[in-house]
Amino acid sequence: MNKSPVNNPDARLVLVCCGTGCIANGGLDVYRALQNELNGDEGVRVDAVTKGTGCHGMCARGPFVRIMPDDINYCQVKVSDVREIVEKTLHGGEVIKRLLFRDPRSKKTVKSHRDIDFYKRQHKIALRNVGVIDPASIEDYMARDGYQSLRKALFTMTPSQVIDEVVKAGLRGRGGAGFPTGLKWKACAAVDRLPRFIVCNGDEGDPGAFMDESVMEGDPHSILEGMAICAYAIGASAGFIYVRDEYAQSVASLGKAIEDARRHGFLGKNILGTALSFDIEIVRGGGAFVCGEETALLASIEGNVGEPRDKYVFPTERGLWGQPTVINNVETWANIPFIIHQGAASFASIGTAGSKGTKVFSVVGKVANTGLVEVPMGTTLREIIFDIAGGIPNGRKFKAVQTGGPSGGCIPESLLDLEVDFDSLARVGSMMGSGGMIVMDDRTCMVEVARYYLNFLAGESCGKCVPCREGIRRFGEILTRICQGKGTVDDLNLLESLSETVQSASLCALGRTAPNPVLSTLKYFREEYLEHIIRHRCPAGICKELTEFYIDPEFCNGCGLCAKMCPSQGIAGAKKQAHTIDQSKCIKCGECVDVCRFMAVKVR
Amino acid sequence: MATNGNQLETEEQFQEIITRYPTEQRYIMPIMHDLRNRYHYLPRKALEMAAAHLQVPLSQVYSMATFYKAFSLIPRGRVRLKTCDGTTCHIKGSQTIIEEVYKNLGIRPGETTPDREFSLETVNCIGACAIAPALIVNDKVYGKVTAASLKTIIREYGGRENE
Ligand SMILES: Cc1cc2nc3c(=O)[nH]c(=O)nc-3n(C[C@H](O)[C@H](O)[C@H](O)COP(=O)(O)O)c2cc1C
Ligand code: FES
Repeated sequence: MNKSPVNNPDARLVLVCCGTGCIANGGLDVYRALQNELNGDEGVRVDAVTKGTGCHGMCARGPFVRIMPDDINYCQVKVSDVREIVEKTLHGGEVIKRLLFRDPRSKKTVKSHRDIDFYKRQHKIALRNVGVIDPASIEDYMARDGYQSLRKALFTMTPSQVIDEVVKAGLRGRGGAGFPTGLKWKACAAVDRLPRFIVCNGDEGDPGAFMDESVMEGDPHSILEGMAICAYAIGASAGFIYVRDEYAQSVASLGKAIEDARRHGFLGKNILGTALSFDIEIVRGGGAFVCGEETALLASIEGNVGEPRDKYVFPTERGLWGQPTVINNVETWANIPFIIHQGAASFASIGTAGSKGTKVFSVVGKVANTGLVEVPMGTTLREIIFDIAGGIPNGRKFKAVQTGGPSGGCIPESLLDLEVDFDSLARVGSMMGSGGMIVMDDRTCMVEVARYYLNFLAGESCGKCVPCREGIRRFGEILTRICQGKGTVDDLNLLESLSETVQSASLCALGRTAPNPVLSTLKYFREEYLEHIIRHRCPAGICKELTEFYIDPEFCNGCGLCAKMCPSQGIAGAKKQAHTIDQSKCIKCGECVDVCRFMAVKVR
Repeated sequence: MATNGNQLETEEQFQEIITRYPTEQRYIMPIMHDLRNRYHYLPRKALEMAAAHLQVPLSQVYSMATFYKAFSLIPRGRVRLKTCDGTTCHIKGSQTIIEEVYKNLGIRPGETTPDREFSLETVNCIGACAIAPALIVNDKVYGKVTAASLKTIIREYGGRENE
């Protein structure tokens, strides 16, 4: 009998989010305090289970505490709130209003997950268990039909039926390129050399993205099950999960899951008594972005520097140690058990003509509700950014959304109604990438953003091929020049012709896509480049050499908040009188602009 | 040779870490991870011993140690600051944090103070974008860091202000 309470509708459950974001906000302390409070007291009548669950998605307002079966959701809980929660809510059945989520737009408090727009409009497949189960409990996973798909595949389907199912589902790889997963498996199974290997790409190199992290932390078994199903389908004997260096929690969570899965016979020799033997090992990455590229990643697992190679021959034919290898992204793997369990048709009924299923986005930056969002393919940018993520905070204006990781593109306001899928994003000069969505407001400088990405990529280029190594560096120099007000109009032409060279002559996709941030910002925000070049002005107030802040006396009511927040004591003024900025002290950090509630601090 | 963390680096300790792994090239990185977790940098002697154990040329180990950003060949400070300069943190002001660290401690990314007290690195996204800009001090994550709160954090770890 599975004793896991996750499926028991009456069980008293206290779920505390302990994802990375919530831990930084003190989630672990809250978790421990709740445990203490509930274990130490013999007189507690309620049977509460405090669980360390993975990411609930809405990280900006963590730590989250969710109380079931009433589905009461508390946010920004502090240790000092714990006693009150136990006494009032758990013992007294009373809802503590102060801790409830407050809808940023309607200003109303909401009690239940089901009533929060952020959750209501989502459709969870890859994240189906994240935040619902305790990732350290295989019983929880099994209570939610976990490992049923592996059973179904092993006992009721032939390997080629499994592959066909994945082909029919129309699942495309979630790691960036969007290659059809079923076809990849088919190609690998067709290569008649043993052993075959399976790799999970958990490198998640895109800065600003954490969806794979949340699956690895919050639902590790879904990845293991997906990989085991593939092992059966293609006849593989060993698998590797390559985890990004910074993700210590993911390593711990996956490690525990692998041990538990072995103990239950889902991994190891003769899985569930069948002829299939397959085991998984974790490999920690070394903090190199390019290692997310599949051939570089394979080199890294082998114990080499992570340099990509040209793919005349795909890893499905020559992968790890020259053997046929399937490599898929974390989110791709997490979709597999769903497809096998629910059937290809059910999966394919979601999404657009060319992109089936859902996609997890990490919506971050200048939005009210930062966090993970899983929606059907084809959902518009506007729905994601405004209806789900709550739009731009602090009364500022939406400027652009950047998708696709460092070599994606910036999409302007005029394209907000774009229905997001692999093909539509490529059409507007960006890409899906792994699903990062960075929202920018009028305090983000698009030239500086392009410079940021190109500098990032310059540092991450492995240096093997010249167009990428030298070309990206030149981009960085030119863009820096423009940000300092030393650019010329001719530089814009130079950027464009350089883009062509780097795009067509680089060895791997890192170089080939590197010009995207430049091209997309040039296309949609050319004015802003010209403003830097001709008028020596950074309208967003970000490029320090070109920025001077001032306080507009018409708007300033002398509340003094900016003076209090200024780290260099550079703002002065009498109470209730317009304040002024001492330019000699100003470090251009922009804190005053961001804290002013009256939009009185402006860029000259 | 005494270094940070008051730990003695001895050849026996190196050997103990290195021989946890079989003699296969693919274990270079796991060994370097273990060394880093313990010493916060890769001591030269340990790398020589690792190369011998794994039967790979020292140049192979060296190329790995310098290619991957997770590793450093120079000792880190007692207090290791890592500012996140991932995209979210960047647009939320990580540049200011990096400059303020320089103003307060006189170190730039990759550097250590002469007294080996503080060192600074940048990383690209630690998955805490929701609380950007993020800063990790040793292993503790701080969110929504500002120029002002940075000063407090540095003071908390025993740093004196330069100004
Ligand atoms: C520079 C570069 C970085 C990449 N980084 C990642 C990554 O962090 N995670 C990932 O899953 N795929 C990444 N990819 C894509 C992989 O090369 C590969 O397409 C993917 O792992 C295949 O899995 P999928 O078919 O399930 O998407 C990257 C590609 C390039 C060119
Ligand atoms: S960008 Fe800094 S935590 Fe993600």
